[in-house]
Amino acid sequence: MMESCAGEYAVAEYALVACHDCDLLFRKPRLRPGQKARCPRCGAVLFQRKRSGMDQSLALACTSLVLFILANAYPLLRMNIAGRVQEGSLLTGIEELYSQGYWEISVLVFVVTFLAPLAKMLCLFYVLLPLWLFGRRAPKAERVFRWMEQLSPWAMTEVFMLGILVAVVKLADLAALTPGIALYSFAGLMVTMAAGDAMLDDHEVWERLEAADG
Amino acid sequence: MAKHAITAAEAGYLLCHCCHLLCRPQPGSIHSRCPRCGAVLHRRKPNSLARTWALTLTAYILYIPANLLPIMTVTMSGRGEPDTILSGVKELIVGGMWPLALLVFFASITVPVLKLLALTFLLLSVRFGSHWRPWERTVLYRLTESIGRWSMIDVFVITILVAVVELGTLATIEAGAGAVAFGGVVVVTMFAAMSFDPRLIWDCMAPKDGEVSSHSRPEGAYRMQR
Repeated sequence: MMESCAGEYAVAEYALVACHDCDLLFRKPRLRPGQKARCPRCGAVLFQRKRSGMDQSLALACTSLVLFILANAYPLLRMNIAGRVQEGSLLTGIEELYSQGYWEISVLVFVVTFLAPLAKMLCLFYVLLPLWLFGRRAPKAERVFRWMEQLSPWAMTEVFMLGILVAVVKLADLAALTPGIALYSFAGLMVTMAAGDAMLDDHEVWERLEAADG
Repeated sequence: MAKHAITAAEAGYLLCHCCHLLCRPQPGSIHSRCPRCGAVLHRRKPNSLARTWALTLTAYILYIPANLLPIMTVTMSGRGEPDTILSGVKELIVGGMWPLALLVFFASITVPVLKLLALTFLLLSVRFGSHWRPWERTVLYRLTESIGRWSMIDVFVITILVAVVELGTLATIEAGAGAVAFGGVVVVTMFAAMSFDPRLIWDCMAPKDGEVSSHSRPEGAYRMQR
């Protein structure tokens, strides 16, 4: 069970856990599914046993990927001013920002609404699929899962959805608007990604990754 | 119980920030990596205070052009004025869209300002070794870290508007330099919150006369816990 990394470690302690926010040391509590352990000193959630398993996480990731493709392949909004029709999607917005000379903003939006959510889904597939299908871990799966955790705060699909809402209301008195397929897809994507985050038990994934053969 | 509590650092352990494994590095190794996930281990985030100060001050500076420069220009039938963040909010109020005005005001004005003030307060309180309400300060940190991403709303609104509205002489929307500065504020404050180490709040509280030896055995630690 215990791994040593080039002799650098005397021990990795599995029976103990420390609080991320105040560094207090504990004996690891045994939790039933659905239970949460909190730090008595600062109140941080130490860890949480989720009721759901890997199949739910994978199913949600599949749904998210399909919705993500729809959300980026189809127009977000169709606008009609005096008989002239214009439609735009997320990627045309990014392109337009770039061509207006604001490449910093276009790169930022591209990363947080396109690249990071996509990378997060793909990383999840890469780590969970072999684990779920064969009980084995993919090459470098630990590194990929670590990247995924570090990427998480930069995937802002739910914030983007709110941005769409504000934009729609702002445009509503300017012209006649028709929501496109991508708008509904983004709404769905927001829900499936949030549910996926809520259902993924990362402690369990780390433990399984460690127990699985490479 | 809290009186006898011992921290991972005092017990000679390092907590992996990514996979939550407690590791005990061999004495002498400087750059240890977590044996499970490969993340670099630190007793505390390196140069946490200096980094957070630098990023927070950068955000303060960027915040000025973010509010003074226009974030976009809406041109309708040849006429149009550049909009700053505040004038955008004003326009929403004039249009009678109160809930939306509140949402945008909260996301683009209140959140960044509160975030900067909270970070400054946390930095100062750690700098002066404050013992005042560590629990509340830790909660403030957690809030600061989680709420920052919502400031991106305005940047996304601009992206969607420039994507949809491109009708030649009838109507065009162009982004403005203020949007770049504002995006910078959001990103820099997110990094600032990430580089702050909340454990420093609690380190100030530790007894200074060294009654807890720095390498006591972990078994002892958990006996104290019970």
